[in-house]
Formats: sequence, C-alpha cells, structure tokens
Amino acid sequence: MSRTHVSAVINGEPTDFLCEPQQTLLDVLRDELNLTGSKEGCGSGDCGACSVILDGRLVCSCLMLGVEAEGHTIQTIEGLATGSTLHPVQQKFLEHAALQCGFCTPGLLVATKALLDRNPNPTETEARYWLAGNLCRCTGYDKVIRAVMDAAAVMRGEKSA
Amino acid sequence: MTFIEKKSKLKVVGTRPIRPDGVEKVTGRAAFGADLAMPGMVFGKVKRSPHAHAKILSIKTEKAQALKGVLAIATTADFPNIPSEEAFVGEGPVNFRDLSRNCMARDKALYDGHAVAAVAATSEAIANAALDLIEVEYQVLPHVIDVEAAMAPDAPLLHDDLFTQGVDPKPTKPSNVAKRVHFELGDVKAGFREAEVLVEGTYATQPVHQAYIEPHACVASWNADGQSHVWTSSQGQFMVRAYCAKLLAMPIANLRVTPAEIGGGFGGKTLVYLEPVALVLSRKAGRPVKMVMSREEEFRGTGPTSGAVVEVKLGAKKDGRITAAQAVLKYQAGAFPGSPIGPGCMTGFAMYDLKNVDITGYDVVSNRPKVAAYRAPGAPIASFAVESAMDELARKLGMDPIALREKNAARDGTKAAYGPTLKDIGYVETLEAAKNHPHYKTKLGPNQGRGVASGFWFNIGGESSAAVHITEDGTVAVVSGNPDIGGSRASLAMMAAEVLGIPVERVRPVVGDTSSIGYSFMTGGSRVTFATGMATVQAAENVVEQLKKRAAMIWEISADAVEWRDGKAYPAGSNAGDFEPLSLEAIAAKSAKTGGPIGSEISINAQGAGPGFGTHICDVEVDKETGYVKILRYTAVQDVGRAIHPSYVEGQVQGGVAQGIGWALNEEYVYDAKGRLENPGFLDYRVPVASDLPMIEAVLVEVPNPKHPFGARGVGEVPIVPPMAAVANAIRDAIGIRMPSLPMSPPKLRAAIDKAAK
Repeated sequence: MSRTHVSAVINGEPTDFLCEPQQTLLDVLRDELNLTGSKEGCGSGDCGACSVILDGRLVCSCLMLGVEAEGHTIQTIEGLATGSTLHPVQQKFLEHAALQCGFCTPGLLVATKALLDRNPNPTETEARYWLAGNLCRCTGYDKVIRAVMDAAAVMRGEKSA
Repeated sequence: MTFIEKKSKLKVVGTRPIRPDGVEKVTGRAAFGADLAMPGMVFGKVKRSPHAHAKILSIKTEKAQALKGVLAIATTADFPNIPSEEAFVGEGPVNFRDLSRNCMARDKALYDGHAVAAVAATSEAIANAALDLIEVEYQVLPHVIDVEAAMAPDAPLLHDDLFTQGVDPKPTKPSNVAKRVHFELGDVKAGFREAEVLVEGTYATQPVHQAYIEPHACVASWNADGQSHVWTSSQGQFMVRAYCAKLLAMPIANLRVTPAEIGGGFGGKTLVYLEPVALVLSRKAGRPVKMVMSREEEFRGTGPTSGAVVEVKLGAKKDGRITAAQAVLKYQAGAFPGSPIGPGCMTGFAMYDLKNVDITGYDVVSNRPKVAAYRAPGAPIASFAVESAMDELARKLGMDPIALREKNAARDGTKAAYGPTLKDIGYVETLEAAKNHPHYKTKLGPNQGRGVASGFWFNIGGESSAAVHITEDGTVAVVSGNPDIGGSRASLAMMAAEVLGIPVERVRPVVGDTSSIGYSFMTGGSRVTFATGMATVQAAENVVEQLKKRAAMIWEISADAVEWRDGKAYPAGSNAGDFEPLSLEAIAAKSAKTGGPIGSEISINAQGAGPGFGTHICDVEVDKETGYVKILRYTAVQDVGRAIHPSYVEGQVQGGVAQGIGWALNEEYVYDAKGRLENPGFLDYRVPVASDLPMIEAVLVEVPNPKHPFGARGVGEVPIVPPMAAVANAIRDAIGIRMPSLPMSPPKLRAAIDKAAK
C-alpha cells in the first residue's frame, strides 16, 4: 500500500510521518511515532482512552485517520507535563488516588485538560457530563471527579498546588 | 511477626502516600500489554466462529497462506490434544483440555466468537485480510443460550461426554448439567414448619462482562531452542506460564513470562486466550508475534461471569429470627463447565447465623463464551436473590431491614452452612455503622426509595513470594510476584517501610517476571495485600535481623544486644555498650565488609485470610414515565480489617459499587435467534459512565484480621456483592415494585410499571 506523507505539530514539535490510508491517528501515534500513552480500548469512539486534543478540540484519535492530521496541532498525554513538572491535573490525579490500573488515565487527563481549558470553573455535574465519554472501570469516578474539581481550583489560583 | 494491634504504633500503614507507579501512569509512560514492540515483530489475529454451535468439517488455509505477508497459520492441529484434567486453581476449577479447546476450537465451535484459526502476518491489515481467506466449512447444529433451556431434557447437547457430577447414581445419559452441588445444615423442613412467616421468590441475573478497558494483549517470542518469552497483561505471570506450558506440553522452565502493566482485570484476566496461540504462531513464523484483541473479540470471546436463575425461600419467626433458608441456584458456565456455582452456594447465606439451610446448585453449559472469574465470583448473583428476599421478609415482618439483619447476623463463632466456623469477623460492625450513618436518616421525596443489602466474600491467601533488597546507599528495592492491578505496589512498599522504620519514598517496589522472583499465585481473590504483603513483611523482618547482625559486627557486640527502631540500630540498653545509633544507610555502606549484600526473598503459602463483609445503603429516584433509575446517594460500609493505604481501599470499594450498579441497571448480553451476540461493544453494552453516578461514600470499618501482621483483610471483591440487591430494594421502596430480574433497565422497569398499573 502506498503511504502518504503527513506534517503536523505534535506536542509542540513539528512532526512528519508516513502513513497508510487506513491507519487511524491512534495507530500512527502508537505504531509510527511510539507515542503509546494514548490507548485503544474499543476502536469505536466509545471509551475515550485514545483522547487527544486537536487544534484545541477534544477528539478520539481512533475515529480520525492519520492522513487527516495534515496541518493540524495535536496534543497527547505525552505533552501534558512541562518537562519534569506535572500539569496540575496530573498532580491532582496522583494526590487523590484517582487511578487504579491507570489504563484509562491518559484519556481522562487529556479530556480533563480540554474541559478546564474551555471551562475553568465547572460544576460537578458539568465535569461528570464532559467526562462521560471516558470509561473507567476501576474507580467508580468518585476520586476522578474530586481530582478534577481540585485541579480546577488550583488552576484558577484559588488554592496552591 | 506478631500482629500489631495498636494503630497508634504504625507510622506508614494507614497513611496516604502517592503511589510509586503513579507518575509513569499519569504521563503515559507505563507500558501496558499492547505497548511493547520487538525487532522483527509480526501481528497475529484470530478467526472466530460466526455460529453459536457448529461442527467444523474442514479448514482450508491455502489461499490465506498464499497472501503476501502471511507468515504462519495456526489451527487446532497445531495444539496437543490434551486429556481432560481438572485442577482447582484459586477461585475456580480449570480443566486444561477445556482451556485448550477454548483457546482454539477442536471439532466443534461452541459459541459465536469461538476461536477456530489464527494467522500471523507482517501487518495487522494483512493479518485481517488473511482471516477472510481462511475457509471454514461448518455444519450448523441446534444451539441453546439460556440456562433453564439448556437444562431441559431435549436441549441440544454441547458435549456428548458430559455426565452430571454430584448425583447418585451416575447418570447414564449426557446432559448440559456439568455438576450438582449441595450444602446442608440442620433440618430445613423442620425449620420451615417452625416458621411463622414465609417469603419465596425466583430471581434472574444476566451474564456481565468484566469490561476492563484494556483488551487482552501479548507478545510471544519462541526461540529455535524452544526457550520462549511472553510479555503479557494478565492477573498472573505464573498463571500464564503454567497454563501455556500445560497447553503446549512444554517444560515450564523453558517459558519466561514478563508481566506488563495491567489495564484492569476483575477476574477476566485469570485465564489464557491469546498467549498459547501467539506462542504457536511465533514458533511457526520464526518471529516474535504480537496479538491484541478488539473490543468485539473481548465481548464475543472472553469472560463474562454467569447469568443465573436463583430460587430462594426463607422462613422466620415473627420476631425476625430466621428458622430456615433454602435456595436452588442454576448458573451458566458458558461453553465449558466451570461456573462459580460452588462459591455462589457458599456465599448466599454466609452473612447469617442459620440453623437450617439447604442449598442446591447446578453448573450448566450453553452456547455462550466460557465464563471467567468476575470479582467475588458467584457471590453477587446469589446475594442479589437472598438480599432481595431478605428485604421482602423485612417488609412482611414490618421490620427495619438493618434490624432484621442484625437479628440474624453471623458473629464470631457462627458456623457457616458451607462448613467453617467464622472468627474475627466484622459483619455486625458494618450494620451498626450503616444504621448510625447520617445517610440512613435522611428524608426521601416522591418516587424516591432507599435500599439496604449486605455481602460476604471469603478472601483468599495462598502462595506468594516477595523479596526485599537493601541497595548500596540504603534505599530499598521490593520485588513481588503479583501484577499490581489497583495499587498493591504502594501497599507492599508501605508494609516494608513500616517494618524497616523508614519513609516509604525510600522503598521502590517492582513486579518481577517469572524468572526474577519465586512463584506467586495470581492476583485474585483479594489476596495480594494480605498474602504477598505477608511475604513482604517476613522478608523485611529477615532484613532487619541481618541489619542488627551487621551493626553488632561493627560494634563487636552480640546481635541480641542490638535493637532496631526508626530505621536505625541501637544498643539494647546500657549493658550492650555506648554506641551512636547506626542508620540503615551507614550499615548498607559497610555491607561489603560485613558479609555482603543484605536482602531476603520469602516464599510462603499464606493462611488466615479473614472473610470480608459489607453493608450498602442506596437511594434512588425512579422516573415512572421512562423507567429510568437515578442513583441519588450511595454509601458502602465495609470491614476492611485494617486499611494499609486507605485511598486505594476506598477506591476498591467505590469501583466495586460502580460495577455493581452497572450490573443492576444496564449491563446485559443480547443474543439473536441464531445465538449471535448483538451488542459486542461499549455503545450497546452500557457500563456506567461518570454522569450515571453520584459520589460513592466508602466507610471503612476496621476490625483487624489477627492473622496479618497489620490486620489487613482482602477488600477488592466484597463491594460488588451487595449493590444489585441494594438498588432493587431501593426501587421496591420507591415505587412498590419488586424487580426480580436484572438488569433493571428502563424498558424492563417501564414494562413492570405498566403491568402493575393494570
């Protein structure tokens, strides 16, 4: 199969890759670029484990083709921390024990960042509905939601990290 | 080590440090099953039966083999035909012949999704294309899906050599009933004669999938000399090693298994599906082979737990004292025998101190995927029925449901119907805490209701290994033999730190592969913090003894004259001599001169896992127009022995409750008339999402288990036992309708509301 040359900005870095026409963006991230932090839990856009931010929008990378990334800016879980400094949502997930197995965690973190970028002061209900596309089978979401609300407060500057 | 009774003496146990594997997991660096890539690696895929029940007449692979990029094809002909051999492994029986045939069908396909062939190719796309070129000729046979239909005398038979065990005389004709089990205590007939109030009911549950978010995934590398290596996401690297070696008739020492991070299991990763197939493909292809299941394959080919029909009858005096309890349980096993009928029968009434009990169970095969363990296997099903019946009994007696349970609760010294006498248990403490919780006293509005239910799980101990090594600078490495599925590395590190008297940040735990740590039974049965924790504590104690000896050598005094506290060696009293304390770091720095590296590996068979009990309170609101049930508030009280890391204990409780709510309200398998699964995906198989649930309050009651050095008991399984009945009882309270069949989904509830209105 012939492969297409694609240029995109991934986690702030200009990135070129070759991909086959049927490869999803998730396949490209995982198999071509070794960015295996994005996970495949369903391949049908139902579980959210593959969540990435595309030009500021939260998308399931399993529902998008790799070739469609041409010219776009993509942020994955690997780009969430700044160097060795964790993003507040990462720090709060750790502090609140908001992960057990950790498989859905990258997707939940990326989705949470997208939420807080758009709505820095969500209600618990808003957070629950925004994250309804990210399945977690371990936690029952309690500690996840607490971590999200706490991270939001830190990012608003209402409390220190 | 003797049991430390006073909590105030503990410095690390009971605190909430950040888990040692946390940063890797929030940055996407943790390597799960599908994340490994090897040089020369190719991709394997499985071809699955589209029929619920069919004879395999022929498999033609020539066309697939001819496709460019295809390196190997495997069918049942590539697997040894191993004899029927049943072993009881952990929480359930395993028959290796059946397990082999579940990994790759032989002669017959027994369910929609049953593996019939596999292919390895240079890309996943080519492998998928090759699957379509494999020609399987089937003779479709009549099938049976539901449990009671499978028990009927004229039902289509799955196995013509299956004769019901546990009946006397042995049947002369095969059937789909693999086993009958029976437990009896006292005289149930006399108990019912004594009763002043009777309740009776028949309850049904649906099979539900474990629905871990990470699909099964592995990489297998078979070397020319037969030595092989498997990297896999499973609940036990030693389980994978043992099962693969058995199924492929290879020496165990020729197989090394490295555990990947595991993305959820809940019992669903306690069997092998892909690993033996990947090994065969790797052997034939001469390349490492990676295999990852799709979500559809997960639903069609793995798990779930049993669906069931359970009949319950209770008799009681007017004061609430139960005089007799009877149950008949019929559990689906899927295509091969092995439902959790035994634990189902044993757990149903285990919360209660009963004099007269009679329980009969049936293990029934039908044309569904072979069931796998799911969190407290068997118990939630039995408890849904028993705890619904208890609620009916409380209503009939006009008693508070907690008071009824207190009246009959198992206490220290209660003889359980399944045999043992219970000791050091905390059931009444959970009832007490539930009764006194503010939740239980709040007022409810229209169409709102409150339900209470309790649950029991044995918890297990078993074989575990752990090692504690002091590094050259006095920091500590802990190695365990159990995949960490929900925070066990944190709890093991904490227990080691507690014994050594150092901060937990100086202890770094890892999960070893099968050649770097001694045998450990799999992560299941809520056993790791208890059993592997016990091994870790013993290893750390050995290390402390060595540290005392080294200090004694440095001071040139007797080792008996050295004390260890707060991470330092001290002379034991003034008679021992006047020395400055020696820290762990100082002793480690001199270890080469005092006898070499300091460390200990311990392998044990841990006994004394204390059973766990929980009592849940659930408030719901029913939308009578749509049949939608909203969970308003949920409180889960559980005796956890002693919480090593309370946050992860709470997490186990909250997660178990959420799964139970999914089981109660939404999750089910939908089959068409041909026995094909119609909802093999997360869109149509509806697990709870964040917006479905409220906060779930976990109340940890601590009745320490004296058999564990820090009082721990297993916590992971109890919380999934009560929710189905708690929700059903709340619906009953809200709208006066008893829902005896799961899931209590909007269409079913709406139909029940319509029927009641007529």
